[in-house]
Amino acid sequence: MLKFHCPHCNEVREEEEFSYAGEAFIARPAAPDACRDDEWGDYLFMRKNSKGWHWEQWLHAAACRKVVAVKRHTFTHEIGGCWTLAEGKRIYLEEQA
Amino acid sequence: MAQKNYSFWSLLQQGFKRQEGWDQAWRSPEPKASYDVIIVGAGGHGLATAYYLAKEHGIKNIAVLEKGYLGGGNTARNTTIVRSNYLWDEAAMLYEHSLKLWEGLSQEINFNVMFSQRGVFNLGHTLQDMRDIERRVNANLLNDIDAQVLTAAEVKERIPMIDASPNARYPIMGASFQPRGGVARHDAVAWGFARAASNLGVDIIEQCEVTGMHIEGGRIRGLETTRGTIRAERVGCVAAGHSSTLAKMAGIRLPLESHPLQAFVSESLKPVLHTVVMSNAVHGYLSQSDKGELVIGAGIDSYLSYAQRGSPHVIEHTAAAIIELFPMFSRVRMNRQWGGIVDVSPDACPIISKTKVKGLYFNCGWGTGGFKATPGSGNVFAHTIARDRPHPLNEAFALDRFHSGHLIDEHGAAGVAH
Repeated sequence: MLKFHCPHCNEVREEEEFSYAGEAFIARPAAPDACRDDEWGDYLFMRKNSKGWHWEQWLHAAACRKVVAVKRHTFTHEIGGCWTLAEGKRIYLEEQA
Repeated sequence: MAQKNYSFWSLLQQGFKRQEGWDQAWRSPEPKASYDVIIVGAGGHGLATAYYLAKEHGIKNIAVLEKGYLGGGNTARNTTIVRSNYLWDEAAMLYEHSLKLWEGLSQEINFNVMFSQRGVFNLGHTLQDMRDIERRVNANLLNDIDAQVLTAAEVKERIPMIDASPNARYPIMGASFQPRGGVARHDAVAWGFARAASNLGVDIIEQCEVTGMHIEGGRIRGLETTRGTIRAERVGCVAAGHSSTLAKMAGIRLPLESHPLQAFVSESLKPVLHTVVMSNAVHGYLSQSDKGELVIGAGIDSYLSYAQRGSPHVIEHTAAAIIELFPMFSRVRMNRQWGGIVDVSPDACPIISKTKVKGLYFNCGWGTGGFKATPGSGNVFAHTIARDRPHPLNEAFALDRFHSGHLIDEHGAAGVAH
């Protein structure tokens, strides 16, 4: 059973309260009308599917209904942290840089 | 080195010799420096691919690499159901091709895979379920696939212990029924294909993990493994949950997410259920194995994971679904539970495809429904690798459908529990 800290409610809650909403921070093509089919297909469907640390979104469905950014290890299920989307994105971008 | 056939006489002879004279079922050779074709992943699909490559395409120098042990992945982590009652033509034809191969498989590979055509019921619990069932049954009949629509009374008549009362929380309104569907012995499928492939000269190399790919000028040249470099001009990857990890080595992104899928079996009971029962609405499916265990499965855990276990609340949900259908099973004790990692694609259909790297092929994205396709998947993938072009049956399952938009949206169409 995963447990997440919801940064909006400021409480640690069990995964059953949340629903998984996929990989986080997928960049939408800047000019959708001008991009090629493979760029658009990549944005829509291709995923990192990392074995290891993974940035993802969880909706706190049974409480505040806000989206939480979570960094989680997909093999050990260790949770590296939970943030609001804005905070999470800042840390994510720092990691990518 | 052809092996002794399994036959009535060999069984009788061995009966007098305390079963001690059997040959090893497949050879365990050291890897050679190079092969014509390497298959990555010794599960059912990978072994079937190697078998058909050797048998139908005359390729002699083939290796199957396995990072763990043979048949240790999803082949032995499923609920063994075989059926072909899919809605869309592309999917229906692919699974029906497989079902036809299943029907002759034990004979063909001289290994009893215990394929038992005990029929598959897909229950409907709402008016919309029944409309979908009627549509799917009609589509199946147009594709020459056996299918029937049954009323609630007919379901009750054929499965006497099911709760078909109108007072149930989700009353059963009817079902689709595929008589030719059924179950098979999952380990035997891997062992049988391994033995048959090994007899045709395929090297099956266990404990050999792929750690890198040698790609020069957009073409695959070989693999880096935990047992050294192995050269090959053609490589087929059939690694289910780990397909994305392999693709990453070649710089390819796949439209997959890996999820745990759990199942469990009960203690052995006397025969109580002679068929396969699936329900999308309450979200569970079960059959009884020849050993008497109830084999129970449900949907995937929602999140990405490579750990071969799942969340307890999913088990609870599954058990609730089964007890909804069969209240009499509420006191049955469960023996064991397991989880596999399934690679789910956006349209719930597999990817059997060439890639942008020449000589590198992927067979993945089978999600929750790969076991039933084992022989058919191997058969068309072998064709794709041998001829460097898809078999007509897997043409629609190419990777480029996620760029062209020609998805085969089987998620809702198959009437299965995803």
